[in-house]
Amino acid sequence: MITTPLLPSDYLDLVSPLRAGADLRGRIEAVHPETGDAATIVIRPGRGWRGHTAGQYVRIGVDVDGRRLWRAYSITSPTDRKDGRVTITVKAIPDGKVSNHLVRRAKPGTLVQLDQPTGDFVLPEAKPAKVLYLTAGSGITPVMGMLRDIEFDDVVMVHSAPQPQDVIFRNELHDLVAEKKLRLTEVHTDTDGVLDIARLDELVPDWAERETWACGPAGLLDAAEEFWSAHGVEERLHTERFRPGIVVAGDGGEVTFSATRRTVDADGATPLLDVGEEAGVLMPSGCRMGICFGCVTPLKAGAVRDLRTGEITEAEPGVLIQTCVSAAAGPCDIER
Amino acid sequence: MTAIDPTAHLTAEQIEELGRELDAIRNEVIASRGEKDAAYIRRVISAQRKLELVSRGVLLFSFFPPAWLLGTAGLSVAKIMDNMEIGHNVLHGQWDWMRDPKIHSTTWEWDHVSPSDQWRHSHNELHHTYTNVIGKDNDLGYGIMRVDEDQKWHPLHLGQPLWNFINACFFEYGIAAYDLELGRNLHKRRRKNPEFRARAKAVGRKIRKQVLKDYVIHPLLSGPSFLTTLAATFTANLVRNVWSHSVIMCGHFPEGVQVFERRSIKGETRGQWYLRQMMGSANISGSRAMHFMTGNLSHQIEHHLFPDLPSNRYAEVAVKVRALFEKYELEYVTGPLPKQVFSAWHKVFRLSLPNKKPKVDAPDREQELVAA
Repeated sequence: MITTPLLPSDYLDLVSPLRAGADLRGRIEAVHPETGDAATIVIRPGRGWRGHTAGQYVRIGVDVDGRRLWRAYSITSPTDRKDGRVTITVKAIPDGKVSNHLVRRAKPGTLVQLDQPTGDFVLPEAKPAKVLYLTAGSGITPVMGMLRDIEFDDVVMVHSAPQPQDVIFRNELHDLVAEKKLRLTEVHTDTDGVLDIARLDELVPDWAERETWACGPAGLLDAAEEFWSAHGVEERLHTERFRPGIVVAGDGGEVTFSATRRTVDADGATPLLDVGEEAGVLMPSGCRMGICFGCVTPLKAGAVRDLRTGEITEAEPGVLIQTCVSAAAGPCDIER
Repeated sequence: MTAIDPTAHLTAEQIEELGRELDAIRNEVIASRGEKDAAYIRRVISAQRKLELVSRGVLLFSFFPPAWLLGTAGLSVAKIMDNMEIGHNVLHGQWDWMRDPKIHSTTWEWDHVSPSDQWRHSHNELHHTYTNVIGKDNDLGYGIMRVDEDQKWHPLHLGQPLWNFINACFFEYGIAAYDLELGRNLHKRRRKNPEFRARAKAVGRKIRKQVLKDYVIHPLLSGPSFLTTLAATFTANLVRNVWSHSVIMCGHFPEGVQVFERRSIKGETRGQWYLRQMMGSANISGSRAMHFMTGNLSHQIEHHLFPDLPSNRYAEVAVKVRALFEKYELEYVTGPLPKQVFSAWHKVFRLSLPNKKPKVDAPDREQELVAA
């Protein structure tokens, strides 16, 4: 009452943004370069942080040029880190607003917004006897979180990167190899070419017996899924995708954001999340690739198309859509 | 209202060219919005909150006269900052581009008895769209005063200097009533309209909370300083009301500002809309501190041209806008605060009496009427 129209938390945030009960935030404490275009960000999470399971990711809201942008990054720190800090390791992708900002311009002391960690690309409770990690590029990040967290008796890793100096965590991986905790095959795609999945027979002869976690570009994961299925062992393969495979577009339509009374025309290829943000609507967002469900919003009227599958969803009471992978399919009304 | 149209020398083509030049100014600012601007508004919000807390803290000892003076002054400034540089501008969506849900027009609430969503409707959608159009823009005299020769005189207008003074003192209540369109909605049938009743209830809730905070809880917390703190919060609200009323009067009432007829905006182009904003607003000149305390509404012309640009950028925009006024030979109405306040009040007094209809030949006038 005394603080109306604000809440007491609006005042407490001025002095203690990481306190228990506050919106979940974190403070960047350090930025360690890993390779020429990747860096590890050390974050001290707020008191409300519930902790993660190795392999999970976190949605993080970063102010880039004054604008809050949300992305999802895999957590690379072990779950039992003594100082309670968590790290994410980010590779700057061309034109990536958030990744370039985090790798090249993020400053210690900066506050970032966080969500609780989530994701089901995790290790099982029962320790598998043999493990294979199949990774490429920044796909190594969730696996690094696993490697640092749990030791297995028999771990093999096949990792692809353009050149040796592009291998993130290379020194640490080589230390593990020296300690005989890991067998590692590096594929340098600039010289060796992209990994032919059939080469696994030669690189890891017992691959089909191994519980496998794969993370990397869509090409690698598609090939792996096909390969594992062909051998009838698809239940041993766990994958994590970083980008959506947008394949289908159709006609757009007029999009109404009824809660903010805004109406704009949208084509059939632009995600409604982008349409809303452009129109100045406060859209929730997350991974922007259809996995985290941070962007779900009620569809009040009309129809939308899932850009990954082409599937049409029509409005019904209670229908929620993922705005980051849905485009207008005719006129529609989004409750924002 | 001037009998001569001050924009008559412009061709339709020139007006559209003017529109394009203004669009270019706008786009330049939009392209360069960034970290510095975000840091600015966060700094202002943080300063406002600290100032309010400290002032209210000092007022707990308000039986001690210097504490009363200091606390009241601080709280007045904090309330003015909340309403002007922060509230008004956030609610305009000037900071929506930051995508920070805590500083967003759809989530912001201000220290004011009119709930922010109702104010946004009447202010952003009505006043800013129909600026100075008689019969459309209720800001023209707030429905209780006559501020242009062409508005019909009624004996009630004799009292308008008094109405205006009362409105200044209780401005936030005036605005709440105005946002509710009380004058129109209190008529027999409309009173029962469920939509109106819901909005009236929301205002009632907001008033209750505001009154409880300023006139009950804060004085009670002051213990032996109950009465002096009560006087302090009342004074701070009064100061904020009179100040914002004065600033807002200066925006559209001073001599030299044009008003427009309903039919003149039919089929209005982007260029003509811009021109109406240019001719329908007046600025206040002064120091940086003065601009800040008016919420940069001292750059009223620039604000009306670009209502959603961040307020901290109006000063740089003003230089370019003023150059356009000169280029197109238009009058840029501006002056120091006392002069503009006097001019606006002078008009309120003058038009409380009936005047002769401006002498114009009717047929000629219809043709020439872009801005009457």
